[in-house]
Amino acid sequence: MNLSIPCYWREIPYRYRLEGVKCDNCGKVMYPPRPRCINCGSSKLSKYKLPETGKVLTYSVLYESPNGFEYNIPYVIAIIELDDGTKLLSQITDCPPDKVHVGMAVEAVFRRVATSGDKGIIAYGVKFRPISP
Amino acid sequence: MRKVAIISAGLTKISRHWDKSLQQLFAEALDKALASTKISKADAIFVGNMCAQDLSRQNNLGALIADYSGHLPATSIRIEAACASAGAAILTGYMAVASGLYDVVVAGGVEKLSEMNTKYVTEALGKASNVEYELFYGASFVSLNALMMKLYMETYGVDRTPFAEFAVLMHKNASVNPYAQLPFEITLDKALSSEYIAEPISLYDCAPIGDGAAVLIMCPLEEARKYADSFVEVAGIASATDTVDLASRDDILLLNSTKVAAEKAYKMAKIAPQDIDVVEIHDTFTIMGFVSLESLGVVERGKTPKYVKEGVFEKDGDLPVNPSGGLKASGHPVGATGAYQVAYLTLQLLDAAGKMQVPSPEYGLAQNLAGTASGSYITILKRAR
Repeated sequence: MNLSIPCYWREIPYRYRLEGVKCDNCGKVMYPPRPRCINCGSSKLSKYKLPETGKVLTYSVLYESPNGFEYNIPYVIAIIELDDGTKLLSQITDCPPDKVHVGMAVEAVFRRVATSGDKGIIAYGVKFRPISP
Repeated sequence: MRKVAIISAGLTKISRHWDKSLQQLFAEALDKALASTKISKADAIFVGNMCAQDLSRQNNLGALIADYSGHLPATSIRIEAACASAGAAILTGYMAVASGLYDVVVAGGVEKLSEMNTKYVTEALGKASNVEYELFYGASFVSLNALMMKLYMETYGVDRTPFAEFAVLMHKNASVNPYAQLPFEITLDKALSSEYIAEPISLYDCAPIGDGAAVLIMCPLEEARKYADSFVEVAGIASATDTVDLASRDDILLLNSTKVAAEKAYKMAKIAPQDIDVVEIHDTFTIMGFVSLESLGVVERGKTPKYVKEGVFEKDGDLPVNPSGGLKASGHPVGATGAYQVAYLTLQLLDAAGKMQVPSPEYGLAQNLAGTASGSYITILKRAR
């Protein structure tokens, strides 16, 4: 994906620091953050730092990719259920695709995600890797 | 509000139409639809389309189509709601007629996916997701569906077999559909042994990439006889929205937008889910077919694998599902798909579906989805008496 540089800047709090929001009224956690609660509609929300550990709820090994991820094939996309129950989507890294399993304990790690062409900017994000026992 | 009729449907075969542009495809479907009516010009055209600017470098599609197809100076608007663009166009067409603002309305969709290499198509389709979040991490549309399939398999303790059995049925149905992109039967072994695209989704779990256009002609129910000899009634229509990203949902295997929209549409049509005689559901991938049936309330949750095996969804079964072959085998020209579904149902309720015909249906339901069901568009048609 070729996104403009401001697209990367403005996503830093939630993408790099895993900052979501929590509804003061009903307790719903939202990630990515929204200005109003998707559950009760309240605009009284507080910044909420997500836990950095959790387990794999479901995953997929990709053998075809969107443009820009050709060199990552095969790679693993997963929904991770964090320790507080919040779910988020990311990649699983530092693990052979055939070793990933549902329920695998994982932790957040800062990683390069993609580059825009040969001379474009490098996009970073938070991936998840297995917690060594 | 006025009641609304569909007086005609026009479809092109779904294929890789290298020789036809967006406007040529739409005009072909529109001419076919108009042929059985006494209408030569529409008051308004609503064109569903998702990928024109990404793959054909074309915007302003509404005006281009009205101009090319000979419908100037009709109102003409392109509507984008990802894979539900045509469903959204039909809802808009319904609102236009029901409100009294327009009398003769064309609602449909057109898509050309064959214009570019697959990786660009994958990227374009991936834009139905939350781009700065899901597509950012390389999550293709297929992989988002694969996340649901893996979770379904874990939750209900099933393997890939029931999904492959569903694919076999879709191909069997498509084999007698003259508009289908994949009109051939497959074996269970062929489905199961096809290569992974995004594990656990393999090639035969997926709808193909293709081009096509389908249109419907809508008018007030009371005036339908003035324009055509036969017609169907739009008995219920509704849409609802869910989070764009999959992970934000409490229950990933329940399509809440489908559940809410279907309940509204059943209420509007004054029927219960079990009154539906035939459905055309949005099986982009076999898993999406499963969770769609379970979210529409026509199948109990987790029971789809059992019913597939028992033959419940066959054309002569208790609940015929996608007698056209569905997105899976009829094809999925994304922004046109919702119009194909309603067009197939229109043919069914007019007893004009040929070898696809199910025995005398009274009610048919179409479910058209945007992305991973961030939007659902439900249309219930009723046989006109």
